Amino acid sequence: MAFMEFIPNLGRRTLRTVPNLGTASRFLLLSLFAVANRHFSIQQLLKQVYGFGVRSLLLMMVAAFFTGMVLGFQGYYALVRFGATSALGTLVALSLLRELGPVLTALLFAGRAGSALTAEISSMKATEQLSAMEMMAVNPLAWVVAPRLWAGIFVVPILCVIFDLVGIFGGYLISVPVLGVDGGTFWAQMQSNVAFSGDILTGLFKALCFGLVVTWIAAWQGYAAQPTAEGVGNATTISVVTASLAVLGLDFILTAFLFT
Amino acid sequence: MAADALVELENVHFARGPHTVLDGVGLRITQGAIVSIMGASGGGKTTLLNLMAGTLAPQAGRIRVAGQDLQTLNFGDLYRLRRRMGMLFQHSALFTDFSVFENVAFPLRRHFRLDESVLRKLVLMKLEAVGLRGAAGLMPAELSGGMGRRVALARAMVMDPMLIFYDEPFTGLDPISVGIIATLIRRLNDALGATSILVSHDVQETFSIADYGYILAGGKIIAEGTPDTLRASDSELARQFLGGKPDGPVPFHYPAKDDYATALTGVWAAGEAI
Repeated sequence: MAFMEFIPNLGRRTLRTVPNLGTASRFLLLSLFAVANRHFSIQQLLKQVYGFGVRSLLLMMVAAFFTGMVLGFQGYYALVRFGATSALGTLVALSLLRELGPVLTALLFAGRAGSALTAEISSMKATEQLSAMEMMAVNPLAWVVAPRLWAGIFVVPILCVIFDLVGIFGGYLISVPVLGVDGGTFWAQMQSNVAFSGDILTGLFKALCFGLVVTWIAAWQGYAAQPTAEGVGNATTISVVTASLAVLGLDFILTAFLFT
Repeated sequence: MAADALVELENVHFARGPHTVLDGVGLRITQGAIVSIMGASGGGKTTLLNLMAGTLAPQAGRIRVAGQDLQTLNFGDLYRLRRRMGMLFQHSALFTDFSVFENVAFPLRRHFRLDESVLRKLVLMKLEAVGLRGAAGLMPAELSGGMGRRVALARAMVMDPMLIFYDEPFTGLDPISVGIIATLIRRLNDALGATSILVSHDVQETFSIADYGYILAGGKIIAEGTPDTLRASDSELARQFLGGKPDGPVPFHYPAKDDYATALTGVWAAGEAI
């Protein structure tokens, strides 16, 4: 009996999800191209870049610092068995630049700025501010959504760079002064084994994709939320959960197919 | 008289999913008038406003505003038409991160490149008209409900619209604010030469300023006319609504499965519908 319920349920869920995905994609394209709309404003974009960046900066730096320090300890533990502690700098840098930097930046961004973005847009909807804008012949996609979307695309790679730098510094502090790895070797190994386009740019490309996906999900969840207090709360939760899973899934796809 | 109609609805049908909201509504709103649309809460009044503003599209029927058929307009033309409309929302819908001045200035800033001194004069004039020039520097969170609604009114008419929609302008206000808003609606409508469409369930206040009224029930217009004709209407539904009678064609009791006596004496299992 349960199985018989399962099939129509699956069908119903699919039928509900597919058009939602279509609407969300249309929302994304319309918002991205809204830069051409006369109500798109550079000031709004800069305001959002500043807001997203400042809101997340301290969090990113603290998280990066601890991540780097842990990497130093764990990397040392693995490498010391092979007498390869001179490669610790390379290990810390590659882990951060290729993987941990973009992914953790995006996850933290989803939790900090993404949730705030969903809450902001959904409460604007609940208080009829978006409808009021439409009635004043100002397209809310151009005035509200597009600046936030583009700000996310710009900000996440920048935050990722900061994350990488602070993380490497944290790794250095543990490796060299605490664990006694030679400082010159630490940096020299890193310099010779990290490729600019292969490691740094691919990491930044990931960050760019994550920035787009996280802000898209956050903005869409806000825009499509039920215009009630409960709807705002639900949308915020769904936004963080979906964005985090999407980052991890997309990370696998990007790593597996593009950068092997 | 046909030339004077600013808004015309013909046989408009609208449904949300399986639930029919409007079932063949037709109305004509003449230029310069204040027209009220009354009806019970949840009866589709706000939907009707949204249809006239083009933010919703009907499943069937025609809506013409200023001679233009809303269903045939493209996005750009619809937005151009909206620049000549204003709407006062039920919850004011002020932008919470802008001051009162910037809220009223918003449509002007978005649509025109005005000199700051001209813009300032225009905005302060509108704020003066609603009596809130002194509150220009306040944030929306610092305003009372009535003040917020007056700011929203100033914002709705800052572009000197030809058509202003009011969505429940009196709901949730104290009697003084209700009186102020009612006076302002009448005064501003006549000063701007605009046409106002007022959606409300507040019969007394609405009748004190409206030139013409429609009563909406069950998705249809059940009565129309001047306030005096409506008061004298022989439609039982209209009389129940205008008189505020608890029982009548709109029943007091939500329909139940069996009669009262059976429900009281019968054996009742937990969770079973009574």
